[in-house]
Amino acid sequence: MAGLNRTGLYDLHIELGARMVPFAGYEMPVQYPAGVMAEHLHTRAKAGLFDVSHMGQVILRGETRAAALETLVPVDVLGLPQGRQRYGFFTDDRGDLLDDLMIANRGDHLFIVVNAARKDHDIAHMQSLDGVSVEPVAGRALLALQGPAAEDVLAAIVPEVRPMRFMDVLTLGDLWISRSGYTGEDGFEISVPDAEAEALTRRLLADEDVLPIGLGARDSLRLEAGLCLYGADIDETTSPIEAGLGWAIGKVRRSTGAREGGFPGSNRILAELETGPGRKRVGLRPETRAPMRAGTELFTEDGTLVGHVTSGAYGPTVEAPVSMGYVAHHYEAEDTRLFGEVRGKRMPVRVAALPFTPARFKR
Amino acid sequence: MKFTEDHEWLTAEGDIVTVGITEHAATQLGDVVFVELPEVETQVAKGDEVSVIESVKAASDIVAPLDGEIVEVNEAIVDTPSLVNDDPLTNWFFKIKVEDVSAMAAYMDEDAYKEFIE
Repeated sequence: MAGLNRTGLYDLHIELGARMVPFAGYEMPVQYPAGVMAEHLHTRAKAGLFDVSHMGQVILRGETRAAALETLVPVDVLGLPQGRQRYGFFTDDRGDLLDDLMIANRGDHLFIVVNAARKDHDIAHMQSLDGVSVEPVAGRALLALQGPAAEDVLAAIVPEVRPMRFMDVLTLGDLWISRSGYTGEDGFEISVPDAEAEALTRRLLADEDVLPIGLGARDSLRLEAGLCLYGADIDETTSPIEAGLGWAIGKVRRSTGAREGGFPGSNRILAELETGPGRKRVGLRPETRAPMRAGTELFTEDGTLVGHVTSGAYGPTVEAPVSMGYVAHHYEAEDTRLFGEVRGKRMPVRVAALPFTPARFKR
Repeated sequence: MKFTEDHEWLTAEGDIVTVGITEHAATQLGDVVFVELPEVETQVAKGDEVSVIESVKAASDIVAPLDGEIVEVNEAIVDTPSLVNDDPLTNWFFKIKVEDVSAMAAYMDEDAYKEFIE
């Protein structure tokens, strides 16, 4: 595929029989021979290994890095202890979302992971900060090992990971490991030098509990887990409060907090935290078997348009179609019955709690 | 058995033509999770979107390969969509009572279809 980047594991993906597709400027495996359904179920039952090397890894240095980053994200970065990671997002002056990201405090620097499609944007955005050096990390792969067997599998190679809790980060020689992921399962993300990535991947795959997992199952896993995909569920037209991400805004950054505001769009975002947004991201359970995919419009019984679907697919673990989307205030209560227009027909759908499958993080 | 460029297979018994999707189509689609079939007695024209198949990846239309009337549908694949992946050549979608069964001759035979998908 012309003009596309490849991760360091490209040859291995081909060897494993992956079907490759263009994604965010990369040729990525969408599925392996097992298929999306089997890969999804295997990840929830045992462990799945994902190549997420297309994502942006960035190091921030400089004495004032935490305070500087707080001017771009509404997260409590100054209060992030060494060895811990936090979820956050960049906001714009309107209070909408520019990207979501992970921020880890690795002692003398912050380690940041951003979405593949947004990494150039995000790097330029952070380079606007005074007194901070922004170092895109080159030559490192990023692997995600997810599922209930992930700890046993990784600990057989790296015993030090066993005591880690959800969102802990650990540096072990060349390996930068966090206990986190994008599936709702326990698991790890492992940044590893390209030169060692294939050997580590092969060692992990040699465990009979581990299957390689493509982007197809990554999407259905994160959807069942109620996690947002940037560009689908959140983007430059959604605020973090509309998206239900207010929990990530530290108390200290909220109204009457010691470092209240001070991030782009804080007026709107802090106001929405107090009074509630005009629309909200909700889970949606179609009542028929037809999946309601992104773009499906949502109506009340009397035909008023009140929202739309932003992600939708069949949920292999739920064994039914599941969707997420936005609905206007007053329609966000669980069990509210709406109608999604699928191929010209209005099909019943109910507002449902997120996540669709319980999170199994090791807290 | 005949094959269309839309990756459907057709077999005829008298003027009743049975329609399904090919092995190649089933593999490309991946795990089928939803099938919507036409109503029996629907009059269809060649090229009409008469059925929908959704896999874990996307939704696709199944078109009527010939003019005629839907006379029977396979509810088993609605109840268990994975049957389509298990055996696409046995698990048919619908049967059309066609006006002109000779129109089937225009479609590919197995060798031509094999060449088409290469």
